[in-house]
Amino acid sequence: MLMISTGNKAVAAAVKQAAPSVVAAYPITPQTEIIEQIASYVAAGEVETEYIPVESEHSAMAACIGASATGVRTFTATSSHGLLYMHEMLHWAAGARLPIVMANVNRALGPGWNTWAEHTDAFSQRDTGWLQVFVGTVQEAYDATLMAFRIAEDERVLLPVMVNLDGFTLSHIMQSLETVDLGDFIPANRLPYAIDVKNPMGYGPMTGPDDYFRFRWDIERSMRDAREVIRETEEEFARRFGRKYGPAEEYRCEDAEVVVVSMGTLGKEAEVAVDILRKEGIKAGSMRLRWFRPFPDLDLKGREVVVIDRDYSFGFGGVVAASLKAKTGIECYNVIAGLGGQEVTYNDIADFVRDRRIGEEMWFGVSE
Amino acid sequence: MSTISEIPKEEYITTCTAACAGCSSSLSLRYVLKAAGPDTVLVVPACCTSVIQGMYPNTSFNVPVYNIAFAAAAACASGMSKAFRSAGKKTNVIVYAGDGGTVDIGIQALSGAFERGTDFLYICYDNEAYGNTGMQRSGATPLGAVTTTTPAGKTETKKDLDQIVAAHNPPYMATACSAYPLDLYKKVKKALSIEGPKFIHILAPCPPGWRYNSDKTIEVGKLAVKTGSWVLYEREYGKLTVSGPSRTALKKPHPIEEYIRAQGRFKKATPEIIAELQQSIEKNLARIKKEEEGIC
Ligand SMILES: Cc1ncc(C[n+]2csc(CCOP(=O)(O)OP(=O)(O)O)c2C)c(N)n1
Ligand code: SF4
Ligand SMILES: [Mg+2]
Repeated sequence: MLMISTGNKAVAAAVKQAAPSVVAAYPITPQTEIIEQIASYVAAGEVETEYIPVESEHSAMAACIGASATGVRTFTATSSHGLLYMHEMLHWAAGARLPIVMANVNRALGPGWNTWAEHTDAFSQRDTGWLQVFVGTVQEAYDATLMAFRIAEDERVLLPVMVNLDGFTLSHIMQSLETVDLGDFIPANRLPYAIDVKNPMGYGPMTGPDDYFRFRWDIERSMRDAREVIRETEEEFARRFGRKYGPAEEYRCEDAEVVVVSMGTLGKEAEVAVDILRKEGIKAGSMRLRWFRPFPDLDLKGREVVVIDRDYSFGFGGVVAASLKAKTGIECYNVIAGLGGQEVTYNDIADFVRDRRIGEEMWFGVSE
Repeated sequence: MSTISEIPKEEYITTCTAACAGCSSSLSLRYVLKAAGPDTVLVVPACCTSVIQGMYPNTSFNVPVYNIAFAAAAACASGMSKAFRSAGKKTNVIVYAGDGGTVDIGIQALSGAFERGTDFLYICYDNEAYGNTGMQRSGATPLGAVTTTTPAGKTETKKDLDQIVAAHNPPYMATACSAYPLDLYKKVKKALSIEGPKFIHILAPCPPGWRYNSDKTIEVGKLAVKTGSWVLYEREYGKLTVSGPSRTALKKPHPIEEYIRAQGRFKKATPEIIAELQQSIEKNLARIKKEEEGIC
């Protein structure tokens, strides 16, 4: 069905179709619309979901963990400080190998209070063992949420998945959305070792170094396997529903001499910037990085690279640029832009490319 | 002091804030600060007050305001109070937190600070929902009220925060309501004259959340008290005294319908729910009467 939707409502629509048994959530701007929408589906009897209006995000994730451990499908959504307040439980969810799906509406962190887009919230959860995907359109928010359930619940993965969408610039904007007839795209959730009173087991007891070490390795093994599961899932999605996704969305990259790497909605601005630059004779391309964990292999050999980081690791550098460099050895021009919702237009991005100084870092709009 | 005209003329909130028209939580804060005076720091978790104070580099408040994460107000105030006292300063440390930041996400920090005997005043202004994020239910939302996460009306009853606080045996705790500023003013004055953890719970009607016209904000607060939905009292060292405005309600409360009909948020409340609300008022009034008489 074709409709007009906000990013938040698109996520809620996907959740409704995936029909988790339990949703436990806590409101926070700009995520609130997702859970309000789900609460209204539940109240109207449009979906058979138990909705738990918990008293904090720590409890939201803890409730999802408790529910998921019994083998049912679970979902939550949060943003910014909510995500940070969950941090302990995020490690727990991944360590307990629970396929929880969460939407995180990317927002800056206080102080001062700022509800606009930034990616530092999600990147701060980098090492929790969650898979993380970043989307750029309302349609993709919907599609990625559906795929997240299938990927998380695949027995080769059994790790939680976070779907990230930019606060306001995606969560609250209206674009067209085509919903799908889901069919059996997401198979029934079959969690091995779900709690079963007929087969009593201890979950997460004291564990010595050797076993603990093996459990950690098992998380990483699944993260590596997840690449294949993601590929298969995205291919199957394209086969059934016609929309193609991959580790990054490439735009005019084939013959590009300079490539802009970015994430989220800035990646869509970058595409416009590429068109502008091409008209000037600059062979530019855009690569919008979609998956952050597991981190994909990107083919950037032989090109100049401009990385836009809507985040920062203080005392080190932009997180995306640093990750790319660590993975590929590539030196880039690292632009730090858009923190706290700072406006970054396609013209600004075109300027970043025109003025690139490979090997340097530039804070957009700050002159020293 | 017996009339409102005796309240100091000094203002600690400018006439221009980001509050909604008819916001009674900011009105309450105005009187809180008049009572507290300039040697005061406000500690504010995420809530409407984070918005009301204005946007950097401006502020509408004329005392230092320390903004802190949603769950953390009472713990932050613990540190601040200890630091002031260790430096020999008597500065008032006042938490001004919403109901969500108090009864839900912040209750652990609140309990800890009270158990440790922290010298501070914790004020919960209760608009019975999450105002900042657009009126989702909180643990303090009453039965039957529509919020954006309880579109059919809340199915659970309001959490009894005051009983929880009372279980910590603070030297002073009180309830207040924005419609009775003189009563509020006096309670803040008294609280700040006592050492240790003090608590004031203000019912703060909220026009957009409770769905009534902003010019009715005092009327709705008065109806809460007249119907006994909200009882004004103070408990000093465990001794409860019902405050003047609630004396009549204690004897003969107006029917709850008067309060409920003045607000849009109860429009889905069934006669059964209204009866349940009425019963809980009667139970509560009886309990308070007994406690005041010393029979409990
Ligand atoms: C950890 C965390 N979760 C959620 C939020 C979002 N948030 C900010 S204020 C608020 C509601 C506050 O409600 P209440 O305490 O009742 O104060 P009010 O807004 O009604 O004044 C919420 C959910 C946040 N800032 N931090
Ligand atoms: S939502 Fe209610 S409490 Fe918040 S500023 Fe508006 S009137 Fe005041
Ligand atoms: Mg509130």
